[in-house]
Amino acid sequence: MIWIDTLVQGILLGGLYALFAAGLSLVFGIMRLVNLAHGDMIIFAAFAILLITGSLGLNPFLAALIAAPLMFALGWALQRFVLNHVLGKDILPPLLVTFGLSVALQNGMLEAFSADSQRIPAGPLESASVNLGIVTVGWMPLLTFATAIAVIVGLNQIFYRTALGRAFRATSDDPVTASLMGIAPKGIFAIATGLAMVVVTIAALYLGMRANFDPSIGPARLIYAFEAVIIGGLGSLWGTLAGGIIIGVAQTMGAAINPEWQILSGHIAFLIVLLIRPRGLFPRAVD
Amino acid sequence: MILLETKGLTASYGQFRALFGVDVSLSAGETVAIIGANSAGKSTLLRSITGVLRNDPSMVLHRGEAIGALPPEIVMQRGIAMVPEGRKLFPSLSVEENLKIGGQVRRAIGPWNLEAIYDLFPILREKRNVPGTALSGGQQQMVAIGRALMSNPEVLLCDEISLGLAPVVIRDIYAAMPRIKASGAAIIVVEQDIGRALSVADRVYCMMEGRVTLSAPAATVSRDAIHTAYFGDAA
Amino acid sequence: MAPHVIIRTRMGTIAGIAALALIGIGLALPAIAPRALIQDLFTILTLLTLAQLWNLLAGYGGLVSVGQQAFVGIGAYAMFAGVILLGLDPVLAIPLGGIAALALAIPTAFFAFRLQGAYFAIGTWVIAEVTRLLVAQWKALGGGTGTSLPREATSDIIGVESIRALFGVREAAARDILAYWLALALAALTIAAIYWLLRNRLGLALAAVRDNTEAAKSVGVDARRIKWAVFLIAAFMTGLVGALIYVQTARISPDAAFSVIDWTAYVIFIVVIGGIGRIEGPILGVIVFYILQSTLADYGAWYLLTLGLIAIAVMLFAPRGLWGLLSDKTGLHLFPVQRRLEGIDLKGGK
Ligand SMILES: Nc1ncnc2c1ncn2[C@@H]1O[C@H](COP(=O)(O)OP(=O)(O)OP(=O)(O)O)[C@@H](O)[C@H]1O
Ligand SMILES: [Mg+2]
Repeated sequence: MIWIDTLVQGILLGGLYALFAAGLSLVFGIMRLVNLAHGDMIIFAAFAILLITGSLGLNPFLAALIAAPLMFALGWALQRFVLNHVLGKDILPPLLVTFGLSVALQNGMLEAFSADSQRIPAGPLESASVNLGIVTVGWMPLLTFATAIAVIVGLNQIFYRTALGRAFRATSDDPVTASLMGIAPKGIFAIATGLAMVVVTIAALYLGMRANFDPSIGPARLIYAFEAVIIGGLGSLWGTLAGGIIIGVAQTMGAAINPEWQILSGHIAFLIVLLIRPRGLFPRAVD
Repeated sequence: MILLETKGLTASYGQFRALFGVDVSLSAGETVAIIGANSAGKSTLLRSITGVLRNDPSMVLHRGEAIGALPPEIVMQRGIAMVPEGRKLFPSLSVEENLKIGGQVRRAIGPWNLEAIYDLFPILREKRNVPGTALSGGQQQMVAIGRALMSNPEVLLCDEISLGLAPVVIRDIYAAMPRIKASGAAIIVVEQDIGRALSVADRVYCMMEGRVTLSAPAATVSRDAIHTAYFGDAA
Repeated sequence: MAPHVIIRTRMGTIAGIAALALIGIGLALPAIAPRALIQDLFTILTLLTLAQLWNLLAGYGGLVSVGQQAFVGIGAYAMFAGVILLGLDPVLAIPLGGIAALALAIPTAFFAFRLQGAYFAIGTWVIAEVTRLLVAQWKALGGGTGTSLPREATSDIIGVESIRALFGVREAAARDILAYWLALALAALTIAAIYWLLRNRLGLALAAVRDNTEAAKSVGVDARRIKWAVFLIAAFMTGLVGALIYVQTARISPDAAFSVIDWTAYVIFIVVIGGIGRIEGPILGVIVFYILQSTLADYGAWYLLTLGLIAIAVMLFAPRGLWGLLSDKTGLHLFPVQRRLEGIDLKGGK
């Protein structure tokens, strides 16, 4: 019974990792940019939500609703004024810029919010659980997982059902030809990063409500997100969810054997997948 | 009225100079052919007009306004649409999405819409949900032309639409040209296939090594004149 | 073109003589310098060596690794293992660090090279994390909390006695001098080796691979083998540096030895600020870095925040770094490898 419980917890944890990963995957898919500050941005968004709940006395979900457009604007501006200027054939400049951003952001947050652990208060939701017959699961993990699915469905709708999504895909295929269609690739990139920051806000909401966070934990979230993306196969959001679940299950299983092995087991699972399926579980046909 | 004009247009790729003072013009309702051998600079000319290659602002004029330094998306939004060399369909988009994206940013009033394109190239209606790149070369060319028409452009630029296609397929595609002309767009066709180009053009320019070597009315130009302009005197 | 060649060569010769003179001064320095300066110079020299190695990887090889701390850490731990488990002299255990790093680099490259472009960076980071977590399980070397070199081992390190006698200093100071000399030797060796490599076949091959893998293939350069070679060389040397650093520190823990900030972030900032893709870059970068550190060190996190922002600004406004700005203004090339690479006719070579 304990194993089924562990398995279910792991699957639900995978939902959180998929949320971490969706923004990373989105940006990479459209502009082949890997944002090394992605994890720190999640933490930054969590602090933003925390500040809004604290200062306005709002419920965290409403606070995230306020934070999301702010994060969109931030992502848009970051892309428009910084990243667009270093994107090109050479992958080095954007990598180094986002790495600089990661270190700057971490230490900026350290100055602003101190190294203390924080948590976004979620009220009774924090401890509420539901009995599913064989296992009892917390409402919070369940809600996280449902949100991950909703975010993936939503992003896929945008990608495959809207003119914006069409422009995303066209720009990803061939920015020069897209510009001949009247689409400004750099504008599309800015919107994409803005959208990724909205997803980051949603990820931050659940990260912050489920566990303690502090300015230093961003890079580890980046790594989980990255592992989920690679396991899933680049460019497939459902694959990313599967990747998140694999990492989540490996971690909870590892922790059940020995708490010290939790993080390690996740990484090992990633390496095993990389070993046997270098292109991930669901690689994209084109490309 | 002159719609589009280049004046002393020069263009380079890094150190390499590809155009040396090119003057061409296009009037409303007109079809102009630009012919020339490989590497003559034809595609470079179109890239300069569309803004893929940036130039001095006043080297390209649209309705008398200097557009030489504008980025491609702005040039396109002014009504100058491009059928690029090699068709360049978007692999992640279906045929219908490829068409739609041509008209999603600029949608001027005019005869062209999805239905009109499907009437022009009926085969595309059947294949509307197939990925664009899964079509045959000729069908892909039809999509590329339809995609450019979707914005109801004032100027249509076609870069080697017969490239790599079988003669029957070329005939089918060129059969659509009169209808496109009749819809009011001014057209520049870049071609290596001289006969095809002359059959639809009002005027013809010939290019060689980055320069215009001949400019003449299509109806009266002599084969000899073209031969000289195409290969140079030395030959 | 011809006057260019002459100026470059003469500049190169002058730089070479100056470098030898600098090394001579460096060797003699402990006779007059206070201990604090020797310690600072040790830090600068080890950072310089790490920066040159990272520059070799990223600047010349196009391999942006964010996981070099894996090799610093494993090198340091291998040295500790040699001392604590095998009873070796710490200085003699330093080569173990290089060997261990080389051994780790093989599986690392095997995994990370499966990841394309930018994802390679995070891939190396994951391996570094895995290594840190595994080493933290190594109870004989203190597990997660770490351990110190035993007194017996540090008290009679080879050569320390002679240094004491020579300079008339206390034992701890003599240890610092020894470590400083080793760091000086390692830095000089690394720079000379990289310079030599870049001026020879590897340099040409790297330039070809970096600029265009396909084209490189067509002229008979095996991009994969070149990347492997560069990665393994850099890992080996990085492992030596890691071992040396911890001979001087004499106390180790997984978090410190595998710190991404200390062994990779600083190093990246040094290279980026100084100028990526040229040997002069890290040298200038480490000087700037040291000045920044001395002036801003009291401001804690502000210091790293500033470094991060400076790195971003450099990439935006002077992507070839301070050395790039300087050499554009003055035409100066101390280590003339760049032009040679650009001018080479690939079809003619090899
Ligand atoms: N991207 C590029 N980079 C460098 N040189 C280029 C590039 N594109 C074209 N050129 C060069 O510019 C010159 C003109 O090329 P362009 O493509 O305009 O010729 P073209 O007349 O369209 O030829 P084709 O009939 O083969 O399409 C050629 O010498 C070509 O090698
Ligand atoms: Mg052409």
